[in-house]
Amino acid sequence: MSALLELQGVTAFYGQSQALFGVDLAVNDGEAVALMGRNGMGKTTTIRAIMHMLRHAGGTIRFAGRDLGTQSSHRVARAGIGLVPEGRRCFAPLTVEENLLSAARPGAWEIATVARLFPRLGERLGQKAALLSGGEQQMLAIGRALMTNPRLLILDEATEGLAPVVRHEIWAAIRDLKAQGLSILVVDKSLRELASAVDRCFVLEKGATVWSGSPDGLTEDITARYLGV
Amino acid sequence: MFREWMVNLALVALLLAVPLAANAMGEPFIVTLATKVAIFALAGVGLNIALGYGGLVSFGHAAFFGIGGYAAGILASHAQNYEPLMTWPLALDGTQQMLIIWPVAIIASGLAALVIGVLSLRTSGVYFIMITLAFAQMVFYFAISWPAYGGEDGLPIYVRDRFPGLNTLDPLQFFAICFLWFLAAALFSAMLSRSRFGLALHGARQNAERVRSVGIDPYRLRLAAFVISGMITGLAGALYADLNRFVSPSMLSWQTSGEIMIFVILGGVGRHFGPLAGAALFILLEHNLGGVSEYWKFLLGLLLLLVVLFAQGGLIGVLTRRSRHG
Repeated sequence: MSALLELQGVTAFYGQSQALFGVDLAVNDGEAVALMGRNGMGKTTTIRAIMHMLRHAGGTIRFAGRDLGTQSSHRVARAGIGLVPEGRRCFAPLTVEENLLSAARPGAWEIATVARLFPRLGERLGQKAALLSGGEQQMLAIGRALMTNPRLLILDEATEGLAPVVRHEIWAAIRDLKAQGLSILVVDKSLRELASAVDRCFVLEKGATVWSGSPDGLTEDITARYLGV
Repeated sequence: MFREWMVNLALVALLLAVPLAANAMGEPFIVTLATKVAIFALAGVGLNIALGYGGLVSFGHAAFFGIGGYAAGILASHAQNYEPLMTWPLALDGTQQMLIIWPVAIIASGLAALVIGVLSLRTSGVYFIMITLAFAQMVFYFAISWPAYGGEDGLPIYVRDRFPGLNTLDPLQFFAICFLWFLAAALFSAMLSRSRFGLALHGARQNAERVRSVGIDPYRLRLAAFVISGMITGLAGALYADLNRFVSPSMLSWQTSGEIMIFVILGGVGRHFGPLAGAALFILLEHNLGGVSEYWKFLLGLLLLLVVLFAQGGLIGVLTRRSRHG
């Protein structure tokens, strides 16, 4: 298997203060990978560096075998990375359908396929995104990223703050996407759900990769030391 | 209350009915007022694409309005004086044919919008407002100091430009031209707003980074919107020059930019037919209060304040009881 996304020794700064001190990470074709670590350890910063929303100072970031150099972040997205960002995620005054259409690029993913993945969205195509529940907004954000027909889907804290039932639905969708062969990089805190969905884990501590391996290898020692559980 | 499309339809019907009735009653001045409403509304439709859909607070749309006006005025003045527009490298004559003047006005204002947009869209917020204002002021002072085309005194168009098969000097026929342009532009802007381009533009207004994360460059998106916006406002300028049969630097002044913005805000920012409501209200106030007191703009200011404070959906928002568009 070849690495679709590969980070080696990535460092990055916010102004004067260094946030990443050497992140190593790889996502192979068709693989689901978790990026883990406590709050403030650099997970979101790593994703911002991948998306070129933050310029990395050192190391290499390669996607599909090439260095995307200094390209702006929309070019990175066009190269085939679909990001589901953290936080409130939709264009509130637009309807569900309009949100999806705004991102559409030709490919297998279109409104009908998104509606099949998230039937709740299919029922609410004409509704304003502002009137959706938090979970539905999250589904819409995932759907919108899928509409770009990415090769790699990145989910940043996709289930944070959602009701257990909704989390369950979103995890089911993530497993479904993985089964369809989509490469996925996911940042999340729920260890149990991650373990059942991903092939590999990378653990960040103070802006550097300190551990990587299959989820079976996440011993109590490691989780206690790096994940604080 | 009412649905937005009902309000829009009523406004358009009113814009059509008033001059027809006025013409039947032998009141050509009212027809001219209605023509002014249609032209101002058209200018507002242009600005609305930048301001309402794209969130680009351009305080320099007078530049496009004036450039469109000067395109009409310059072409007409050469035709009137039988002086060629240029002799080298191409021999070009002026013209009084609207079918040529309009595309020239649209292209000239579109090019100006491209240049201004390329530079000013690198900034945002108050800097964007100031840079668009600065560019418009540059064009304004250039026009004042350009004696070949009247300088400060402006440029007369002795006979209104022609349109095949119509008598443009007949107020009602000229109104019909302006009305149809307004209608076409308003419908176009409504379609644009629902297109993938327009949806992405709405998205970029909300959060540029989110648009980027789905592979769209917000800068190019905004630039395209700004150019389309400038083109429509430029066309309105060409019509306005023909309405007055006169072009002057005042079309380029910052007050004009402010007035176009007032049409949009009074009617409801981002509402497709908001500029019509705003321009109609503006002309009504100017016509009815302007005769009572020369300080009628004080009342306009008060009204604007009320709209901004209590009815951000503007007139259309009040009539439909929805505070936010989209």
